[in-house]
Amino acid sequence: MTEPLLQAVNLQCERDKRILFRELSFSILPGTVTRVEGPNGSGKTTLLRILASLNDAWTGNINWCGAPVASQRETFLRNILYIGHRPGIKSLLTPTENLRALMAGRRPVSDIALRRALQGTGLAGYEDVPCCNLSAGQQRRVALARLLIADEPLWLLDEVFTAIDAEGVSALETLLHQRAVEGGAVLVTTHHNLELPGMQKLILGAGDAINEH
Amino acid sequence: MNTEAPPEVRLARNRVGVLAAMKGVFARDIKLAFRQRQDLLNPLLFFVMVVTLFPLGVSPEISFLSEAGAGILWVAALLSVLLSLDHLFRHDFDDGTLEQLVLQPQPLFLLILAKTVAHWMLTGLPLVLLTPVLGVMVHLDGNSIGVLCLTLLIGTPVLSLIGAIGAALTLGLRSAGVLLSLLVIPLYIPVLIFGTGTVAAASDGAAVGAYMALMGAFLMLALTLAPFAAAAALRISLSNG
Repeated sequence: MTEPLLQAVNLQCERDKRILFRELSFSILPGTVTRVEGPNGSGKTTLLRILASLNDAWTGNINWCGAPVASQRETFLRNILYIGHRPGIKSLLTPTENLRALMAGRRPVSDIALRRALQGTGLAGYEDVPCCNLSAGQQRRVALARLLIADEPLWLLDEVFTAIDAEGVSALETLLHQRAVEGGAVLVTTHHNLELPGMQKLILGAGDAINEH
Repeated sequence: MNTEAPPEVRLARNRVGVLAAMKGVFARDIKLAFRQRQDLLNPLLFFVMVVTLFPLGVSPEISFLSEAGAGILWVAALLSVLLSLDHLFRHDFDDGTLEQLVLQPQPLFLLILAKTVAHWMLTGLPLVLLTPVLGVMVHLDGNSIGVLCLTLLIGTPVLSLIGAIGAALTLGLRSAGVLLSLLVIPLYIPVLIFGTGTVAAASDGAAVGAYMALMGAFLMLALTLAPFAAAAALRISLSNG
């Protein structure tokens, strides 16, 4: 039995007097892709933000490699890669500058590797164009270029398939699968019909309203 | 389920030093500001305009201006910094850059310190550089102008640092402008009192060493405490966002 990378025990989250989920327990093992499913408003994004330690409004336990996340914050943050709805791309900077700024706090990357990553996401020729002149899909691709140079074992990806064309989607699917084969773990929310071999599903309900209040 | 042998987990080994990460944050903010020069000029123009209003609106008499000049310049600088505070985190919050900043493994308060230093270099420092010109305009004598510049040089970083707390706290609100001012202005009062007091003492010919030491103490206090408070406030704002 491999040790889970990330383990959630009895998670409960309440938002606007609605319980989004309760007694939610799951493990993320290395080498897996997990898709978080549920209707709009079921708390998929909230769950990902909780796991990335961006949201504090929850109770329960989250363990990283067997120990609570709170006790090893730095190690935990070095090992996760979170891409949210808002991908952290500055419209005034070029893709190269954006990627360099995003990597500046994570690991040293050579300029050649940066450019290769951008070319790998189909942005060849756009490396030095300000992002405000790129399309929505191209801007998402700048954020996704991080995945090509990432060494973090756990990826938390929120709606990554948004605004990506069919070709890009299949490339991304391959990348996620490849990542799992290499021993990483991916947690992804999407409304796109994602099917990968060996993919796990984590299904969130529509949430129970709290009647007591 | 996977029936093959479980693959080996490779944890991230690379570390980026705190200083390198701070430099990255600082460099990005400076670069962004120079891509959007209008935002750089606005606080300066505001500063000049507010100072110009006093001779026009109150009195152009030399006796009034040289008496009140230091106070006018200090208040104008304070308002000008206040005006620029909302930009400190707002754009980063809207495009998700702030989330990525919080997720960097380095201590958040140091990254915020780097952001605040960049903010000061882009707003406070130009104000200090412009002060001698406006000082001459309001008929301050040479000695007072020198001391005024020095107090602003020590005082404007305090304004940026305290302002960062307010900006972080009001981040989740749709229209933060007025609330931000209401939160931050009371905290600016001590700096303002000692800033203008120093110049008044200098124009009376008194020694200003003690005043300067107090200003320095304010700066040290703000440098050591404000980034922690701003980091905590940012986490709260992001958690609700």
